[in-house]
Amino acid sequence: MKRRLTREYVLRHQGQSLMQQVTPEPVWQQRRLLLAAMGASLAAGVLPGRAQAASLAALPGQRSTVPGAITMQTPTAEEDVIGYNNFYEFGTSKSDPARLAGAMATRPWTVRVEGLVAKPRTFDIDDLLRLAPMEERIYRFRCVEAWSMVVPWVGYALSHLLQAVQPLGSAKYVSFVTHTDPKTMPGLRGSSLQWPYTEGLRMDEAMHPLTLLTFGLYGKVLPNQNGAPLRLMVPWKYGFKSGKSLVTIRVTETQPVTAWNQAAPEEYGFYSNVNPQVPHPRWSQASERPLGGGLFASRVPTQMFNGYTEQVASLYAGMDLRRYF
Amino acid sequence: MMRATAKPGHRARGLPRAFKPGLAVLALLPMAWLVGQAVLGGLGPNPQETLIRDLGSWTIRLLVVVLLVTPLRLALAWPALLLVRRMLGLFVFAYATLHLLAYGVFDHGANLAKVWGDVWQRPFIAVGMAAWVLLLVLALTSPAAMVRRLGAVRWRRVHRGVYAVAALGVLHFFWMRAGKLDFGEVWLWGGLLVGLLLLRLPVCRKRLQALGSWRVQRATAIK
Repeated sequence: MKRRLTREYVLRHQGQSLMQQVTPEPVWQQRRLLLAAMGASLAAGVLPGRAQAASLAALPGQRSTVPGAITMQTPTAEEDVIGYNNFYEFGTSKSDPARLAGAMATRPWTVRVEGLVAKPRTFDIDDLLRLAPMEERIYRFRCVEAWSMVVPWVGYALSHLLQAVQPLGSAKYVSFVTHTDPKTMPGLRGSSLQWPYTEGLRMDEAMHPLTLLTFGLYGKVLPNQNGAPLRLMVPWKYGFKSGKSLVTIRVTETQPVTAWNQAAPEEYGFYSNVNPQVPHPRWSQASERPLGGGLFASRVPTQMFNGYTEQVASLYAGMDLRRYF
Repeated sequence: MMRATAKPGHRARGLPRAFKPGLAVLALLPMAWLVGQAVLGGLGPNPQETLIRDLGSWTIRLLVVVLLVTPLRLALAWPALLLVRRMLGLFVFAYATLHLLAYGVFDHGANLAKVWGDVWQRPFIAVGMAAWVLLLVLALTSPAAMVRRLGAVRWRRVHRGVYAVAALGVLHFFWMRAGKLDFGEVWLWGGLLVGLLLLRLPVCRKRLQALGSWRVQRATAIK
């Protein structure tokens, strides 16, 4: 069942759908966004946990033409992508988010974009859904815990949003603050991470065309456990750099404090680029285990920058990546 | 019913017939569950990690159970309880061995050189491995013939190594969870093990024995 769905999905996406061929793009995209928005509010309000996934609203995207945006690897089964998550606000077990994140309300939702920008603004999620055309991108995803998956995300480059608020000349970093709600997030009590969970990128990393402001996966709006209604996806960095359920994006001059770096600076650097040569103190990063391969699938070698070297290595020219890990 | 020989003042009470086999079945249940789930594909998207971690967790839980035997034996004045200690200890060794095998096979493709490299590179792994080597020594010296060969005094000294196993095991578990800053279970099992070790102090041991004698006297008085 799992395999068949994945294969169908790939086949379906090798060409554009019939609807995309007969209707002008802006028209169908508009229609679908509207439907998606309606569906998302329904899904978020009514349905708990895993049941949500089956009924999530469609959120299609044009196949991205950005270099490196579509890996040829077969996507990981959808049930694994939405059932095996790190979202500590809901608990530290991989199954906690799928079980508990349904309680999080993702409508109404606004995102404040502020700091060193000419036009600070609070965006409604509906404005953000319309800000730029949705693209589908099939990225490799590498967790710092040495497992990996391949996910068809839907979204657009974060640079579209940043350009809309016009960063000032002094802007050097961008920090991403995520949703915190003690009423629906039991994990806020358990762990000693500092809440709200905050992540950060250098401005050139944030503006890179592969840095995706993500609204959906597998052609549907994001399930809550994957960071609904919008999250970041930086495919050449370890997964924890890509914050979920964003509420504030702040442009700064100094390097922002980031959650894991603050909690364990010797284990998690600010950059946290995928790097097989820099081991984590407690395990090797030289190889990874792709999810969904079954008990006897072997590990595969991890690639520098998670395989995005061609696109991103120039960002780090001349830097000692062992020191700035 | 079998009767264990007891010192005067202690109630001579054997183990109920089903006690030891019952415990063995209970100790086998987690293993059976994991094997069943592995066959049915119920271990989730990352079955290797689930297996390695669950086997480790069950090792530490059973270690708590085995260290519970002596305090219970004293407090209940029930010497016959000693008859299940070796079996429980061997189950600890069995789970630890499966944990180590799963790690070696799934994380390192059964490549011994890689496992060895990991041991030298990472204190977290080294500590776990040291605990297993100690458990191996305890398992090898567990048959009655070995007890006779070593002599009771020396044998007892060797088997105090179980306290070191407990300390190393908790440290290994603590380092594993440190990355997640998720210490709930570490405190639970670590706390229980520390508590059980404290009960071995002479002052606590005397109290436990006194409690046992008091229970025996009360039971005799009621008769």
